[in-house]
Amino acid sequence: MGEFKVHRVRFFDYMPSGIRALAYNRDTERMAVARIDGSVEVFHSSDRFFQEKIIPGREQCGIEGLSWVGQRLFSAGLNGGITEYDLTNQKVKYTVDAYGGPIWTITGNQQGTHLAVGCEDGTVKLFEVNEDKIQFERNLDRQKSRIISLSWHPSGSKIAAGMMDMIQIFNVETGHSVHRMLADRGVGTSRSKECVVWSVVYLSDGTIISGDSVGMVKLWDDQTGTLIKSHNVTKCDVLALSISQNEDSLVAGTSEGTVVQFQFVSVVLGKDDKEWVRTRTFKNHTHDIRAVAEITTAVVSGGMDAQLVVRPLLDKIEVRSAASALRKIHFPHRKLVSCARKSGLMLFQYSGHLELWRLGESEGKATPGSSLFVKRNPEKLLHLKVKGEDHIGCSAVSPCGEWIVYSTASSLRLYRLHFDNNNVSITKISKLPKVLSSANQLCFSSDSSYLFSASTQSSVHLVSLSQSGCKFVGTLKPKSGSHQAIHLLAASEDGKWLASANSDHEVHIYNLQTRKVHCTVPVYSSAVTAMGIHPTTNCLFIMYADQQMCEYSIEQNEYTDWSRTVQRKGLHRFWLERDTPCLNVMFNPQNPSHVILHDMYMLCIIDKSLPLPDDKTQFYNQLTLKSLPEEQRKSHSHAFKISKTFKDILFVELMSDQSLVVVERPLEDVATQLPAPIKQKKFAT
Amino acid sequence: MATLYEGYTLCGVGPVQNSSNIGILGVEQGRDIDYVLVTDSSRSITGYKVSDQKPTGSWSVKQGQIISCPAVFNTQSQEYVVVTDDRVVRVWKEDDVNLEKGFKATVSADVLRVLAVTDSEPVVLFCCGAVRFLDSLLASPQQPIEDVLTEDEIIRWSSIIKADHQLVVLFSTEQRGEHCLYVQRFNPNTLVKHRFETEPGLSAPISFSATCRGSNIHLLYLYSNGSLYESVLPFRTSSTGVGVQALSCSLCLSLPLGEEKLMSGAAVVLDEAHVAVVGFPHPSAGACKDYLCIWNTHFQTLQASKEMAGRIYSQLWCYSGKLYVPHGKMLSVIPFDCQKSSLAAAMGKQKQTSPSGSKSNSFVTSWTCNDITQTTEIKSRMSTRNNVKSALTVDQLIEHVKTSAVEDVQAEVGEFIRRTSQADLQLAAGRVALELVSRSQKDGNFYPQCAFLQLMETRYLCYSVCPGLLSLAIVKKDFHLCQIAFQIFSDIPEAVTCAYLKTILSTPDLEMEAVNLDKDSVIFMKELTQAHSRSDEEGGQLNGFCAPALESDASDTPSNKLQRDPLSLDMSCPVGLHKGALLNEVLHTAYSDRSLLPHLKDLTVPQVIVFLQYLRFLYFKYSHDAHKQIRALRTPSISQIIDWVCLLLDSHFTVLAVAPEAKRLVFDLHKFVRSQVKLYAELGKIEGSLQVLKNSKQSEDFGMYAIQVIELF
Repeated sequence: MGEFKVHRVRFFDYMPSGIRALAYNRDTERMAVARIDGSVEVFHSSDRFFQEKIIPGREQCGIEGLSWVGQRLFSAGLNGGITEYDLTNQKVKYTVDAYGGPIWTITGNQQGTHLAVGCEDGTVKLFEVNEDKIQFERNLDRQKSRIISLSWHPSGSKIAAGMMDMIQIFNVETGHSVHRMLADRGVGTSRSKECVVWSVVYLSDGTIISGDSVGMVKLWDDQTGTLIKSHNVTKCDVLALSISQNEDSLVAGTSEGTVVQFQFVSVVLGKDDKEWVRTRTFKNHTHDIRAVAEITTAVVSGGMDAQLVVRPLLDKIEVRSAASALRKIHFPHRKLVSCARKSGLMLFQYSGHLELWRLGESEGKATPGSSLFVKRNPEKLLHLKVKGEDHIGCSAVSPCGEWIVYSTASSLRLYRLHFDNNNVSITKISKLPKVLSSANQLCFSSDSSYLFSASTQSSVHLVSLSQSGCKFVGTLKPKSGSHQAIHLLAASEDGKWLASANSDHEVHIYNLQTRKVHCTVPVYSSAVTAMGIHPTTNCLFIMYADQQMCEYSIEQNEYTDWSRTVQRKGLHRFWLERDTPCLNVMFNPQNPSHVILHDMYMLCIIDKSLPLPDDKTQFYNQLTLKSLPEEQRKSHSHAFKISKTFKDILFVELMSDQSLVVVERPLEDVATQLPAPIKQKKFAT
Repeated sequence: MATLYEGYTLCGVGPVQNSSNIGILGVEQGRDIDYVLVTDSSRSITGYKVSDQKPTGSWSVKQGQIISCPAVFNTQSQEYVVVTDDRVVRVWKEDDVNLEKGFKATVSADVLRVLAVTDSEPVVLFCCGAVRFLDSLLASPQQPIEDVLTEDEIIRWSSIIKADHQLVVLFSTEQRGEHCLYVQRFNPNTLVKHRFETEPGLSAPISFSATCRGSNIHLLYLYSNGSLYESVLPFRTSSTGVGVQALSCSLCLSLPLGEEKLMSGAAVVLDEAHVAVVGFPHPSAGACKDYLCIWNTHFQTLQASKEMAGRIYSQLWCYSGKLYVPHGKMLSVIPFDCQKSSLAAAMGKQKQTSPSGSKSNSFVTSWTCNDITQTTEIKSRMSTRNNVKSALTVDQLIEHVKTSAVEDVQAEVGEFIRRTSQADLQLAAGRVALELVSRSQKDGNFYPQCAFLQLMETRYLCYSVCPGLLSLAIVKKDFHLCQIAFQIFSDIPEAVTCAYLKTILSTPDLEMEAVNLDKDSVIFMKELTQAHSRSDEEGGQLNGFCAPALESDASDTPSNKLQRDPLSLDMSCPVGLHKGALLNEVLHTAYSDRSLLPHLKDLTVPQVIVFLQYLRFLYFKYSHDAHKQIRALRTPSISQIIDWVCLLLDSHFTVLAVAPEAKRLVFDLHKFVRSQVKLYAELGKIEGSLQVLKNSKQSEDFGMYAIQVIELF
């Protein structure tokens, strides 16, 4: 079908940041994840854990806790502030200082009225959650040591606080301590070390469960303040605890990288007296687990190894499907690389800087499967550091390679590049239009004459670029619908159309000549993960998080026949079972029937002229086809041509010269750059 | 296997005055096999009844006197003899309480030792090398004693051997580092001097042991470097000693040495294959040398060992199945037993010859049989309390075998196997089988097949334990027994295999079909022959490599117009079912090509052709029905079949090339080989592409950047 020259790039040293906190909202089925670099992400647990929202972090942020209050998300960190996020526009809404020194934990009560934070100075501070802000209410009795962990009783009348060497139970009404329970220190040399109660969970029946640095999970009675039972889970720390909604299952994350499950079951069959029994151990992490959350059908855990692991609880799953498989999320579901297709440049987006690279050149020819001689090595042209503390949210390089733009939460910067033989000079475009203060997504038109900047209220600002500078042209606004932030933009090759997708799954298509909404693609239940406009037919090809695809003819304003055929016949089982979303849609101008897609594990070319595979067809058939003689291939091939040559793919782009750029980030390389685990389980230790 | 049993302490060893390697003066045989006479290095002589571990009498010399040689018992006169103060010969009776009361005579030269063997006159050996019978010496004590040895020649060791009423005194001497052996024969009196011929650099032998076997004296001597040499001397010699004869020797065992240099150690011959050694380290127990070991000199294997506490002396005696070892401050008595060894037993395991763990049927039954014996053992143990008579000892059984009728013997052997413990049975089975075979050989009518089968099923028999059994069975044409033997024995010599083969091939099929055989093997043959007819009905499925054979066949012999499957040319089994089953057992037998070939030549040409036809049948069958698995426990493997075909062709090649009746057969085989060669040539071609495949897998790591070409189909 075709040969491709592939630039395999492995020098993008992207390092995912470790996971510090998890908070699950059962009503909206959203999992909020806080990372060590201060970024907060929102995953949709019932939409294949697609990463819907990313709020970039900032330096010295140090988030320690996350908490949902209703649909509002709060975080608190070592900088002493409590932050509320604007999830619609994916940015920080405001930050309130708690005046208690670094905050170790934050938790909201079930009633949604109050937030409690545990501070370094030994106070538990209560904040009232108002309509638009939070208001400090009062302190509970101040303790001598820092408050590490907090848990509200479901009634909201009591709070359990984990501290150094002890657990305190506070009456919220009076603010006084009701009980003080001492956690035992370890034996031997660790006797002199304080026992840190890393996590507490307050159950509605009055049981308090704690996880501590001695490796114990302990159960306490809040009436008497006595220890009921203790389980030795590990030799090192139990860092995180999470209880299921109906309080019959508890998971504990340890610094060995294991998740231990406890279940509240009756020990004798048919008897009613139940006990907490240790049941299962999951080992999916190499490093400390800093946060766990038990959602309805799975245990979600995250830690220093920066991967979010969704481990399904098979006893709670009725139908086994792709959605119930073990899922490990390593990379963000966003493009971190953009390519200047016409000039062979790549822009790598790191959290604090950008790197611009020129691709290498090859010489001669080679047989498929082999490497070409590299005549010129790839070259790093630019290292652009971000001003200020905010991390980069999005960035883009123009197709011609002359413009670079990036945006943080607070600012947007546009640069113009000058290539003078081998010298690269860069000029910052000053006096940007005021509307370009910040962007959720950035995109250039294919002739590099326009910059599209996705802004608040699902609007897209249109800026024309010229030698002299840039000029604000207008704003594209959807007629109605949601105001969620746009996370994807796609411009047509002829400069006529622009498509935008927001996190409410809405895809609007704008006519750039009239600057009006041309049409809206019918909203599908799953999130849009990638889209692209075909250069010749002007059909919008959309990939969804549940691996469905559709092709929408912009001019006809309807799904294409091929798209309807796909919907009617359904996709192959193996295609639907893939567990990473497609992140880019490309078209081969030489062969209009081809659509190129990629996810983390594969590169796929869909040949729309070929028959679709049904469930009886061999789906991954490249090896079979390779072994067949040419004349027989035709009869055996189907529309999906999948190459598994590459692994851990971050980004794929088809350049103007028909060569593919595949940016890989091997997970082994990531693993080697992670800090050493604090405690590693070795055989027989 | 030799066994060392639990020992016990007979007596203490007195304080050692000198630093020599002598703890006690000697242990000598007492008045019968249960009695020994221990002479300690101080002043006393004690008689012991060994089984009771009790002294029966003790005598000591007066203060100032020294016992200068071990006391002996003169079985002819029932008197004890000892020499005190080198020259005073004392003779006393059992009931003499005091030595002084006994007879005393002073001789004119220093006596080295008094040597005595049962039912012979004791011999007195003088330090100068002269020898006198005790009674002749005592008749005239002051008779002059001639000097046999030169002045500075010292006797280091001496011994007396008796065989066929003939006595031989051996003693070895040392003179300025040169070691010689003197052999004194009596009647006529001759003295032959031998020089030890060992490798240069060896120091003095530290221990000697002499035994008489057949008409030869076997002398074993041990050097401190761990080498154990054996020299064989004729018992009677015609040549009178003229000059010094060289003593040829052969190294029969090299004992492992520890790091330390050995000063003391002793060896004693137990039987023709076993030697007990004390003072040498156990090969797997590190440098500690306080071990008593029994070595098999034939197979150079350690058979049994026992740790000995305390200092080891260069002394070790062996009387009537018991070893006497002075060590530390005690003299221990350790009973032992040396079974006749076969290689299989010496290696410590019975190798199962059938490949890929296909355990034979009889193996399984023997396990269950073991279970039964164990349970019955318990029962019988309980019953023996009430009825001691019912259990026979091995010796009793053997006596019975010699005389009883066949039926009685079979019943008794069965009873014996059931009642004897596994460990005892292991030792006894061989003896019983040997006895049964020898009786059968003598008495043509005596052939207890049942007893043999029972013994065989204990799995304690192997060919070398009882070599006569298989030959006997072949002579008697007891094919059932032979089959079992070929299944169980792992050490059948090639000559016997060939003899058996010859017998099978020469026995007509009709006679063979009447024989009762192992069912499993017959079922296999049935399946094989039936599979043939079935595959014919299916139209003969071919294997991949049949096709080229077919083509070449068509081109080579154009007359053969019928596109027949060349494999089904002659697919009827050339031998009967039972004969086939027996031949299969032979195919399983272990052999070495070089030993088998000369014996294979004994087969006659018709026999070879029949056997080859059968092998061809098997081979075609196997290649034809390769996709089929006939479920049987012992099936000859394809490589075994091919090996035998090659062997047969090798041994009878010229005859087969000439014989007209073999022409077709050889032609078929040749065709087959050609098709096989073609197949492998084709396979060889694939290798290249496989290699490319392997290489392409390896070029994965390319560093940080590469420009590659991929192709999608």
